[in-house]
Amino acid sequence: MARNVSETRRWTVTFIAWGIALVIFFPILWTILTSFKSEADAIASPPKFLFFDWTTRNYSEVQARSPYFRHFSNSVVISIGSTLLGLLIAIPAAWSMAFQPAKRTKDLLMWMLSTKMMPAAGVLIPIYLLFRSWGLLDTRLGITVVLMLINLPIITWMLYTYFREIPGEILEAARMDGASLKNEILYVLTPMAVPGIASTLLLNVILAWNEAFWTLNLTTSQAAPLTTFIASYSSPEGLFYAKLSAASTMAIAPILILGWFSQKQLVRGLTFGAVK
Amino acid sequence: MATRHQTTLARLMVAPSVLLLLGWMIVPLGMTLWFSFQSYNLLSPGMERFIGFLNYEYFLSDPAFWTSMRNTLMLVGGVLVITVGGGIALALLLDQPMRGQGMVRILVIAPFFIMPTVSALVWKNMFMNPVNGLFAWMAKAVGAQPIDFLAEAPLMSIILIVSWQWLPFATLILLTALQSLDSEQMEAAEMDGAGAFSKFTYLVLPHLSRAITVVILIETIFLLSVFAEILVTTNGGPGYQSTNLTFLVYSQALLQFDVGGASAGGIVAVILANIVAIFLMRMIGKTLE
Amino acid sequence: MGSITLKSVRKAFGDVEVIPGVDLEINDGEFVVFVGPSGCGKSTLLRLIAGLEDVSSGQILIDGQDVTHAAPARRGLAMVFQSYALYPHMSVRKNIAFPLKMAGMAAAEQERRVSHAAGILNLTDYLDRRPGQLSGGQRQRVAIGRAIVREPSAFLFDEPLSNLDAALRVNMRVEISELHKKLATTMVYVTHDQVEAMTMADKIVVLRAGRIEQVGSPLDLYRRPANRFVAGFIGSPNMNFLEGQAAGTHDAHAIGVRPEHWRLSTSEGAFGGTVGVAEHLGSDTFLHVDLDDGTHVVARAEGEFPVDHGDRIHLTPQEGRVYRFDQQGLAI
Repeated sequence: MARNVSETRRWTVTFIAWGIALVIFFPILWTILTSFKSEADAIASPPKFLFFDWTTRNYSEVQARSPYFRHFSNSVVISIGSTLLGLLIAIPAAWSMAFQPAKRTKDLLMWMLSTKMMPAAGVLIPIYLLFRSWGLLDTRLGITVVLMLINLPIITWMLYTYFREIPGEILEAARMDGASLKNEILYVLTPMAVPGIASTLLLNVILAWNEAFWTLNLTTSQAAPLTTFIASYSSPEGLFYAKLSAASTMAIAPILILGWFSQKQLVRGLTFGAVK
Repeated sequence: MATRHQTTLARLMVAPSVLLLLGWMIVPLGMTLWFSFQSYNLLSPGMERFIGFLNYEYFLSDPAFWTSMRNTLMLVGGVLVITVGGGIALALLLDQPMRGQGMVRILVIAPFFIMPTVSALVWKNMFMNPVNGLFAWMAKAVGAQPIDFLAEAPLMSIILIVSWQWLPFATLILLTALQSLDSEQMEAAEMDGAGAFSKFTYLVLPHLSRAITVVILIETIFLLSVFAEILVTTNGGPGYQSTNLTFLVYSQALLQFDVGGASAGGIVAVILANIVAIFLMRMIGKTLE
Repeated sequence: MGSITLKSVRKAFGDVEVIPGVDLEINDGEFVVFVGPSGCGKSTLLRLIAGLEDVSSGQILIDGQDVTHAAPARRGLAMVFQSYALYPHMSVRKNIAFPLKMAGMAAAEQERRVSHAAGILNLTDYLDRRPGQLSGGQRQRVAIGRAIVREPSAFLFDEPLSNLDAALRVNMRVEISELHKKLATTMVYVTHDQVEAMTMADKIVVLRAGRIEQVGSPLDLYRRPANRFVAGFIGSPNMNFLEGQAAGTHDAHAIGVRPEHWRLSTSEGAFGGTVGVAEHLGSDTFLHVDLDDGTHVVARAEGEFPVDHGDRIHLTPQEGRVYRFDQQGLAI
């Protein structure tokens, strides 16, 4: 839009927008700041914003509570594992639905989506009991499979919408150019599908990382990811604000960074392609 | 165009995901349904017996159920009003030309990536704590009595926390939808003499209607199952003041070990979610073509 | 070599028959244009030749060899798609080299052919760019480059210019024609634009509803259209048709007169009318005339013709330039 907006207006908007953005972001900023305070500074009144003795002691103390890294690595294994497992199952399915659609393909996709809408409370009890009798409670394997299953519809859908955007003429061109099926997949399809697969992976790692119903109910210590670990700060450790903040910062930092990279895909993935 | 061989291959490729989801949905749901007709308590194993609709009768006549039902609806409704209303306002604001738009966007979207247990704990301890929380300090600074938010207004506090998590989602989606609005259309309306308000009601709002519906429906699905925020802040209390249906089912099953009663609650939750789901499926179904 | 023969080629999608049965002979080195309104089956026919669709029945021969069931790559043809279908993740060089790589050609030979093609198509400076960084006309050239490196026995073009703007279209039209002269390879070209057909073709195939209406050189079709459809389709602006009394005097159901075949007079003539719109192009003037019997016709006058909206005018067909059609629309 080649349009002249008055400078005053632009600055007013800028001022208001930054103000609101900072208010919304403040809890996160505050958590990060607090993680560098001593426990005394953390509860000082009036609160200390920037002028306090910066320390990284909380981080070393949280890590000294040895399980922290176990929970962190559990989060990594569970979120990445469930996503990769989901991709492995969803890629062929989304692929064939996008390129060999049948009359029922649309119904099938809708049905897959509908499983996502089943409230967790409706299946919590049998899953809990089954896991108990199969010895899967508090195991990485168990929680990984569950997270894979709850995200499978989203993974399939996202991939489907990406694959459908690969124009059919390109595949025909490859066939005219003499590419065998193997070469078609290797040189044409895969490179074109990789961006879509990557965004799907990113979004689902985020969703799995932050999942806090099944992780809280099916893990306690051995396989507990960060969601469960942080929940254990509920009390009384939660009153040690600086350590809580350090643990929280470490739990959210990786995903916050990933998340900022995936904003665009996020909209598309979470609305199942309805808003792009 | 496809040969028979290709068609068979395509079906085989779809099969694993369909079978897995089928197993994931049908088996546990069937078991929940089965348990809901049983007298089944984990503390007295081997005493299971069929008791018909008794669990439903108990569950539905329990005042806790109706409280949690009300809380569920209040939670969903409250968060929706805040996030959709705030989301529209924020999206309109962020769509204006300004300095550092990208950075503002990044700041606004951030809460969505915070894991629920972290955001609940941060709010609970560092903001809403009546002694050391920032809100308490702010109250004292203006000479007011600090409020113990989670004890005195537990549901409102949880609504606030959950809204903070979902406002970015609504904003981001509405902003994306807003940016796809044809600027020539806006200019045409301007040529036709439409003011800012008419442009909003006749052009912007209708254009956003689809995105708004999508936001409402998707948020509803997630909000019906809010759990972690309640678990780490109030544990459903005081009393049942902040218990929603999901939390009630959890506490019935895993704290009171009443599998039968909890299953009946689970089925009620499924029915509730299905009502919402039907609308959502229709919406998304339209976007497929 | 690149002669293509279609023998009673039929194509149906389910119950819908798009090509009821086509016989056609395309000679080596010919530039053949399939033209017709959208949905006439011209693209389907091209895709059948390419092997991208299976024929329902009939035979396709290339250089006398039956290729009806051969895979697309085995037919020795190259195709330029409407959307260009360039591989977005490959550089221009890799795009052009792709068919050679698939054929397992030595790298040095690949390089030689790519630079040769790039030279012909003025792409030498763009070889390391990606398709996304090119303009529409450049992408078009890359698509052609990818086709010519294979040294195919025939080129297939599927509406290749429809995504370009008007000025570029004219340039590319000339470029493709020059390419044909240079390579002297068979080209089969699909378009809905009769101007492209007239300017480029050695032989035009006019299609309607999957049937061939007429085959011939551009001037053949202009001079001797087999029926009303071809007569109306070939020539710009379109032929004027008159029915009723006017046709009766010529002993026909309908007569056709091309806009350029009227004699114009302000005083007298066979048909009187009123000028609706006069389009003054400088070199020509196009008059939209409402005849007294209500028929709307277009007439071309050379140079600047001094009439305006509302003026009276009289039109008379030139001698021997009246096309006569019977009840079925066939030329008499």
